[in-house]
Amino acid sequence: MGNILAIFGKEMRSYFGSPVAYVMAGVFLLFTGFVFRNQVLEFHDMSVFLQFAEYEQKSRLNVNEVVVESFFEFQTFVWMIVIPMLTMRLYAEEKRGGTYELLMTSPITSGQILMGKFLACYVLYVLIEVFALGYLGILSMYARIDWGPVFSGALGVLLQGGAFISVGILASSLTENQIIAAVLSFFMLILLWIIDWAARFADDVLFVVLKFLSLVEHTRDMIEGVVDTHDIVFFMSATVFFLFVTHHVLESRRWRA
Amino acid sequence: MIEVDHLTKQYGSFTAVDDISFEVGKGEIVGFLGPNGAGKTTTMRVLTCFLPASEGTARIAGFDIFDEPLEVKKRIGYLPESPPLYRDMHVQTYLDFVASIKGVPKTGRTDRIVEVMGQCGLSDRAGQLIGQLSKGYRQRVGLAQAIVHKPDVIIMDEPTSGLDPNQIIEMRGLIRELAKERTVILSTHILPEVEMTCDRVIIINNGKIEAVDTPENLTANVRGTARFAVRVSGDVSKAVSGLATLPDIADVSSEIRDGETVVLVDCPTDRDWGPILSAKVVELGMGLLEMRREDLSLEEIFHALTTREEGV
Ligand SMILES: Nc1ncnc2c1ncn2[C@@H]1O[C@H](COP(=O)(O)OP(=O)(O)OP(=O)(O)O)[C@@H](O)[C@H]1O
Ligand SMILES: [Mg+2]
Repeated sequence: MGNILAIFGKEMRSYFGSPVAYVMAGVFLLFTGFVFRNQVLEFHDMSVFLQFAEYEQKSRLNVNEVVVESFFEFQTFVWMIVIPMLTMRLYAEEKRGGTYELLMTSPITSGQILMGKFLACYVLYVLIEVFALGYLGILSMYARIDWGPVFSGALGVLLQGGAFISVGILASSLTENQIIAAVLSFFMLILLWIIDWAARFADDVLFVVLKFLSLVEHTRDMIEGVVDTHDIVFFMSATVFFLFVTHHVLESRRWRA
Repeated sequence: MIEVDHLTKQYGSFTAVDDISFEVGKGEIVGFLGPNGAGKTTTMRVLTCFLPASEGTARIAGFDIFDEPLEVKKRIGYLPESPPLYRDMHVQTYLDFVASIKGVPKTGRTDRIVEVMGQCGLSDRAGQLIGQLSKGYRQRVGLAQAIVHKPDVIIMDEPTSGLDPNQIIEMRGLIRELAKERTVILSTHILPEVEMTCDRVIIINNGKIEAVDTPENLTANVRGTARFAVRVSGDVSKAVSGLATLPDIADVSSEIRDGETVVLVDCPTDRDWGPILSAKVVELGMGLLEMRREDLSLEEIFHALTTREEGV
């Protein structure tokens, strides 16, 4: 535990000691803020347009649908770009800089190193996300939000982040080059995103499998307010799976050739 | 303290370290000497559990590098070829991080770090960014990192490379200082360095051990001979033929050095030839001006050993 904390602390210092954390948080909040603003304005326009409409029509207009859902949906897309940039340095930089040799010759297991790095990135992720959720807090002062879908959406985004980060860490463990690590994790995330497009043209069994593998598919349910243990289990196992593969990659170089 | 047992390391089909065995006792300083690509770094990486051996094994303080890597790692301090530093950290923060992953307990850690910084001449750099340090100071941080947890064994890969002459002298002093209570392995391709710092030299070339001995013995053993340079008053050729009549003498020749003719006598290393030679010179009725035992320089030995194959 002490070892995990030591690595965690080092990574945190490194994130906040350099512009990385601030720039990435800025980029994320800027993009999501822009979309959030647009959706709020759109909602405003719709309400003005409908203010003399029948009650039935009015009741269909819903701030959760127009603002909250699109806020969460758009986020997923931005995270796909931002997370590779947060994870790319985690292993690639150590390998390039020779400090990997220090870590690997210290009495600390590669599992502890991996956990420390994962947690540091995850905590940074949660921090940025909390700031973004602040937008909804502001909105709640002017509109009546249904908090159920907000909580389930936030839960979905938090679970999804773990899976995204573990994909990024895997990419970083495969190379010494940070750019390659970022590009690789970006493509892996894109692949896991569009995999359900392929499902549309697949037959029954494959359809179910591809749909199931799609990361975004599972978040969508939660954004709409449906919390299903299937989805929770899916994200957790995806996270564990990619961390496991990473651990395997890191350990394999210590096997006898 | 260190037992290396038929260790082999292959990169693909290329054999970088080929079936080497040696032992290092507690408190010894052993130098790995070899040309570029000899396999020095590879051997060290295997000993520090960074790379797996392809065959054979090694034990450090009784722990097998393959079966109990964590126990081995606790007892080793390692300074790689380029010091493993985080450029964006301050010296003291960096050492604190290293100390924590090396298992230095939290209580007393700061004291220990201050002590190590003092030992390595870093006290006035504690708050400086590592990225802004000069090469020599980075090397010192590298050394501090390797000793912060008081390891039994210190392994250093070319600890003096890239330092200026004054820093080299300082670094060697530090190494000698450290070695008082610990076992040290260092690698180098600078020959005088091992002569100055090491108790024993392991010469490796093409992944194989060519020789293991003290620097002094290596000099003598390379051809099994010691050489005396004798300066006499009188007829040099008479001295040459006279000395050649002594039993067991391998070779007598003369050479002009700095305008003076010197007689060079190569004799076996089995006994002390000094008194025998001087008695012979006197017996020949000549004056003995100077007699010196000349060791072959390590350069010559190194050359002789590493080019043996082609040479013979
Ligand atoms: N990762 C690797 N993959 C393939 N070959 C390697 C690798 N690392 C080293 N080698 C090869 O193994 C041999 C021994 O290399 P090593 O680095 O141990 O030499 P060295 O004695 O430390 O040399 P130097 O004095 O230049 O540091 C070299 O021929 C080198 O090219
Ligand atoms: Mg080397």
